[in-house]
Amino acid sequence: MSLDKATVRRISELARIEVPDADLEPLAQELSAILGWIEQLGEVETGDVAPLRSVMPITHPWREDVVDDGNQQAAITENAPSSHDGYFVVQRVVE
Amino acid sequence: MTALTALGLAEAKRRLASREISATELAQAHLDAMERARGLNAFITETPELALSMAAAADARLVKGEAGLLEGLPIAIKDLFCTEGVSTTAGSHILDGFTPTYESTVTRNLWAAGAVSLGKTNLDEFAMGSSNMTSYHGPVRNPWTKPQDNAALVPGGSSGGSAAAVAARIALAATGTDTGGSIRQPAAFCGITGIKPTYGRCSRWGIVAFASSLDQAGAFGRTVEDTALLLQAMAGYDPKDSTSADLPVPDWTTALSGKVKGLRIGIPAEYRVDGMPTAIEELWQAGADWLRAEGAEIVEINLPHTKYALPTYYIIAPAEASSNLARYDGMRYGLRVEGENLKATYEKTRAAGFGAEVKRRIMIGTYVLSAGYYDAYYLKAQKVRRRIVEDFEAAFEKVDAILTPTAPSAAFRVGEKMDDPVAMYLNDVFTVPSSLAGLPAMSVPAGLSADGLPLGLQLIGRAWDEQTVLDAGLALERAAGFEALPYGLL
Repeated sequence: MSLDKATVRRISELARIEVPDADLEPLAQELSAILGWIEQLGEVETGDVAPLRSVMPITHPWREDVVDDGNQQAAITENAPSSHDGYFVVQRVVE
Repeated sequence: MTALTALGLAEAKRRLASREISATELAQAHLDAMERARGLNAFITETPELALSMAAAADARLVKGEAGLLEGLPIAIKDLFCTEGVSTTAGSHILDGFTPTYESTVTRNLWAAGAVSLGKTNLDEFAMGSSNMTSYHGPVRNPWTKPQDNAALVPGGSSGGSAAAVAARIALAATGTDTGGSIRQPAAFCGITGIKPTYGRCSRWGIVAFASSLDQAGAFGRTVEDTALLLQAMAGYDPKDSTSADLPVPDWTTALSGKVKGLRIGIPAEYRVDGMPTAIEELWQAGADWLRAEGAEIVEINLPHTKYALPTYYIIAPAEASSNLARYDGMRYGLRVEGENLKATYEKTRAAGFGAEVKRRIMIGTYVLSAGYYDAYYLKAQKVRRRIVEDFEAAFEKVDAILTPTAPSAAFRVGEKMDDPVAMYLNDVFTVPSSLAGLPAMSVPAGLSADGLPLGLQLIGRAWDEQTVLDAGLALERAAGFEALPYGLL
């Protein structure tokens, strides 16, 4: 699989990472090399194999649906680059 | 009297218990060593004041006879564990200024056991790397160098700072995390012991997430006993991590015997890779001979899907990382770089905050999860992952543990392999398969390369059977008699 510059641009937008135009071609080559190497998985016969999602078969315990934590507003916003009155301050998204 | 920093964790514990030494003098000796070894860049954040106040409290408890499992023992914490009131960076620029308001479960367990915090150790950014060179805070230098050659070598990664700190006698032991080999490979490169327990043995709560189906905390020490002791204090069920196992933590240190008589030890044919240095091949054979001499039976086994483990890992780990790292958007913590609108702010923040390797993995992960490619890559990888798990299940029908080299080479130079991601990924060829299967595995220092650098042997056990891994590890440790020290250390 070889990625072109347009695909790298699309991935960078999905990933919300700004990539300068000049970096698209080198990135396309790097990512293509990695994907090319990954493609050997095609050799493995996996027709009826169920995908593995959880490696340890653990039965999850049940608990009462009760609030056991909360009122942490100050702690939650303490590290925010910008906060006001217990809220995160972000840019306007609705005009 | 032996220098306090030359003691092991278990030996220091015995001397503290007999009041032969105090926690305060033990902490001070390690703080002095930390200051002398700053050139290694093993720590991102040093916590000397915290260390001395924790040591004073430990001394008070020792006097009162209320000592915990690690009372008064100075240790280092990989800077991936959130520590309340102490900066936590994950080796990234994007977490600039982040000081957690909560404590990870593992470190909470350690402080409750009386351990003393020396500081937070350097690591590859978000634990993504095998050299510690991707850290925003600069590379760590391995305390080992080749004889007659002072070139800086990598400590391995991602837990490179922790491994270097333990090898350089700055910390008695240290925590690490292992997603694909991030404890075992640096342990091998630095000539110390490192264990990744079974997935679910330690709580992941409060550990900065990389790939959640693989991430597992573990321990570094200079002996098998020390490593077991630290792990014992770290492990345990935690309702805050739904993948943490509700099982009692065995008393591994008390049970530790080093007995391997009657154990069947598997040697997987597929781990004989092209271009493996002769010294590693010979050491692997020596390891098998040592265990046989102690009464173990050596059994040739096959793990047929071994060669597919790395490419499987490099789909699953980046996919999970791309999802986990979506949270770094400059809104709630860390770096924010303002753009002309919210989307531009996200994009600029993440472009400035993440390093090249992290961006590469986020983009690979985003691609393999994107519409039209999910089945071909991600689902395929999950299916191959099951094949790899089945390989181990079949092997453990025949054997009790598996012996392999830890890494395909000794430590390499700082700066090497940075222009070839796939060559760098191959460092983890022997450690990734057991990570994918969630199995306990440990690296024990066992010999030296032709260049005089440490080499490790890896033991892999059945799920939840850390005890067999530790006992076989202790048998290797006794037989290998590895006593070499990094240059300049006595």
